[in-house]
Formats: sequence, C-alpha cells, structure tokens
Amino acid sequence: MSILILCDHENGQLSPVTLNAVSAASQIGGDMHLLVAGDASGNVAKAAASIAGVAKVLVADDKAFENGLAENLAPLLQSLSAGYSHIMAAATTTGKNVMPRLAAMLDVMQISDIIKVVDANSFQRPIYAGNALSTVSSSEAIKVITVRGTAFEAVASEGGSAAIEAVTGGGEAGLSAYVKSELSSSERPELTSAPIVVSGGRGMQDGANFAMLEKVADKLGAAVGASRAAVDAGFVPNDYQVGQTGKVVAPDLYIAVGISGAIQHLAGMKDSKVIVAINKDDEAPIFQVADYGLVADLFDAVPALEQELG
Amino acid sequence: MKVLVPVKRVIDYNVKVRVKADQTGVELANVKMAMNPFDEIAVEQALRLREAGTAEEVVAVSIGPAQNQETIRTALAMGADRGIHIEAPHDIEPLAVAKLLKAVVANENPGLVLVGKQAIDDDCNQTGQMLAALLGWAQGTFVSALEIAGDKAKVTREVDGGLEHIEIKMPAIVTVDLRLNEPRYASLPNIMKAKKKPLDSLNAADLGVDIAPRLTIVKVEEPAARAAGVKVADVQELVNKLKNEAKVI
Repeated sequence: MSILILCDHENGQLSPVTLNAVSAASQIGGDMHLLVAGDASGNVAKAAASIAGVAKVLVADDKAFENGLAENLAPLLQSLSAGYSHIMAAATTTGKNVMPRLAAMLDVMQISDIIKVVDANSFQRPIYAGNALSTVSSSEAIKVITVRGTAFEAVASEGGSAAIEAVTGGGEAGLSAYVKSELSSSERPELTSAPIVVSGGRGMQDGANFAMLEKVADKLGAAVGASRAAVDAGFVPNDYQVGQTGKVVAPDLYIAVGISGAIQHLAGMKDSKVIVAINKDDEAPIFQVADYGLVADLFDAVPALEQELG
Repeated sequence: MKVLVPVKRVIDYNVKVRVKADQTGVELANVKMAMNPFDEIAVEQALRLREAGTAEEVVAVSIGPAQNQETIRTALAMGADRGIHIEAPHDIEPLAVAKLLKAVVANENPGLVLVGKQAIDDDCNQTGQMLAALLGWAQGTFVSALEIAGDKAKVTREVDGGLEHIEIKMPAIVTVDLRLNEPRYASLPNIMKAKKKPLDSLNAADLGVDIAPRLTIVKVEEPAARAAGVKVADVQELVNKLKNEAKVI
C-alpha cells in the first residue's frame, strides 16, 4: 500500500496544512510519497523531503502547475496514480478544486473532508455542517481523499530525508489561465493554523472597529477572523470568514466577539479547545458552546480586555 | 447560449437535522425541504445572464425522487425557462450525478453549466469539478464574480488566501459561492406561471448511466456535545480564568 499526497504551497513555501494531511495518511499506513507540482525555487521540495515519515518526494516542475489550475494538475495526478492505493490532499481551496476532477477522471467516488481514519478503507467525515458525522467505507481501487487539516495533529516538519525524484505528466491543457491574486497580507498568524483566533461578527457594526480586535489579537499572537454576517456586511474581506462555507478552525482558544452563533458559524469553530463569547445578548446561541461567556457591550469589553492583557 | 443549472433538493437550511436512532442517516420524513442555497445563487446568476442578453435560455435540472420536481418548479418560478427531472434515489452520489449531467449536457448542448459549489447536506463539494472532468471542460470553482466575453469567461474565485482571478475557456462549468449575488424571491404570479412551464421527466436508465453507489455508509452519528460553560462577571475574571483555569494564555 502506498499513498500519494499533493502538497499545498504558496510563494515558494510549503503550506503547513500539508503536515496535517501527511498525519492523516500516516494513520492509514504504507509508504508516503509527496507530490510537489510547479515549484521553480526547489524550496518546497526540500521542505517536503524533510517531513518525518515521507519516503519519496515527486517533483513536477512545469510552469503549468505553478498556480494550481485543476485542468493542468488533475491529469498530472492521474498519470502518476498507478500503484497508489490512496491519493490525498488537504481540503484547501486547491485540494477541493483539483481532487474531485481527478476522482472523476479515475472513475472513483471521492471522500471529502475526512476528520478521522477508521481503517485503510473507512473514514469519518462531517455532513450537514458538522451536525452529523458520517462514517463511510470505500472499495474503490484508488481512494481519493481530502483531509480537514484541523482534525489531524501536524507531523514533524523535520527528521525525514526522502529522496527527491523528478516526474513529468499532464501539463498545459489550454483550458484555463491564471491572471492574478488579491491575497490579504497580514503580519498575524494564518487563520487555520493560529493557536488563538479572535473573531468579530455583525455586532462590530463597522469594519473600522475591527482595529479593536486586532489590538487584542496582537497581544495574544492571534489571528483575526469573522462571521459570515460581518463579511457579507463588507466589514472585512472574505478570507476572514470562519464557518461552514468559509474556513474551519480549531485553535486552543477562540474568542467570538459580537457573534450570535449561527449554525453556519458554529460549524467552523466548535472544535476549538476553549471558546470565549462576548455578546450583549445573553440569549445568543454562541453562549451554548462557549466555555466562558461574558455578557457585555463589546465596545466596553474589548478595550478592557486589551488593557487587562497588558 | 443556453445555461444549464443543476439544482439539488436538500433539508431546508433553517431546519435542525436529527440523526436517526438506527444510525443509518438523518431523519428526512416530514422535514421541510428546499433548494440547496448555493444552487439558488446559480439559478439567479443564470437569470441575470439571460436578462443581460448573454444567455437565451435557462434550463433547470434536478436528480432525485418525484418530489424533486418541486425544486425544479422553484427554479421555474424564479424565472428559469424549462426543467428536466431525472428520477433517482435521494442519496445518489456526486460521481453518478456528474455522469447523469454529462448525458444531459450531450442532449442539451449548453454553453455554460452554473451550479452551487457544494450541497449543504452531504457537504461533498465535488459535482461541478467531476462534471468538468467528464466533459473535458474548464472549471471555475467557488466563484464570486463572473464575466463572459465571447469564448472566454473571467472568473473571480474565493480562495483561502483571498481572491484569485482566472480566465477559462467556454463552454465551462462554474461553481458559485455565496457572494456572487443575492437570489430573488419568486412572486406569486411567477409561481402560478411556473406550473405551466415545460418539465420533462427521465430516469437514469434512459440515459444509460450506472448510478450504483460506490461508498457504503457504515453509520451516521451525532457529534459529541460540548460541555456547558460558565458565565463570567467581567473582563478581569475572564482573563483570570483563561490564565489559571484553562491555561490557554
């Protein structure tokens, strides 16, 4: 049994979520091979080769793979698929884009967003925004799987010394072209891997008020997130969104400020270890999942919190 | 250009789902059903393309039991021109859905397939990408802006780090995200008119597609509930608890 894992990378850096995908694969067992596609710098391949437990790193260095276009990447994965029992990727927007395309090309049914490995053929995944958990088993010759990163403890990024091997396959399909990205730049930790997340909701009233949360976040070394209501109201960009249709986070500490706690939002954060809710409405559903609830006006509580943190 | 919009019938997003006692699935009997909210956004976008003169016809297709015709009627009431219903079990898998849609595309020759990025029941997020693969078409996924010019479409994708702009060759599959538009409500006169719009019915066998499930559901269970928390009196107490009790800061 051997497993091929598609690496996520950005700006010449291996994305940390790859370590979580490798962790899920390691629970299945067998040789783990990593595929790095479109990495001109060679840094990503080096980082991938040093991940603990990885047997081999395949590098497909073609410009066509640089921006993760599914039309180019899926045929590459297909050409490499022979001999693998599982092909996996983190359930990032890249993995979610590419893997179903691959699965259909292989004529197999994908298993999306797994949160638990039961055995080599059976996996648990959330359905209905995490309101139910489904265990499915697959007898497909190749299991195509996306992994929810927050559900698996990252493996060590050091300690491995896998062989790096160049591969070819796929290439420019002529169906799609990358134009540009508008990525939010931030000095703060990345939302899905931050140990602490401070999120604001509709109660923030205005995008400018997020500056209050940023001050608290900076004192805690936290990332800043938001509910869908706050994103839809235009307070913050879409990549702040925590929830069923946004990002799923599971930090050690999640502080929800002015967030009522719609099912949609809870789906994205209820696996956090400790949840704090600050809301002036003591009936808000967020208090039902909060370990510590503070019924207060956030415009008093947040500056006070910043001060108290020194 | 013809636009094909696949619409899925799911449990209404306002309903709290209940897991069946025998752990075989979630309770569907006597539960309010509705069109998958992402598919509503796809229908809306198709209608806007027709209103802008980019599209001539909007065809809604739904795959599932007889009741799925209600979902098609909802799309027709919003303004779609006609509907196609394909009889199949409620829990048909995305791969089989994509194969059936491929057969519909072969019959209908649409220039664009607009579909929700995921269904809010199984949260699979697969059908659009799978259909694109089976047709060998380009795919624009998680799209929050769409501009069609001739044989190309400029799409804005909602990605983890922000937004990504790509250009895709038409015909194409576009899977829509929440912020693409705000779907319209069907007016009463349009709901009445929708009853008279054409709706064809087929079954999977007519289309020569094998829809047998590939995955076996072992069990469906409730997630572990979080233990009830406590209310704190003020910010000092909160910080104190986080430092000394939860030890997370």
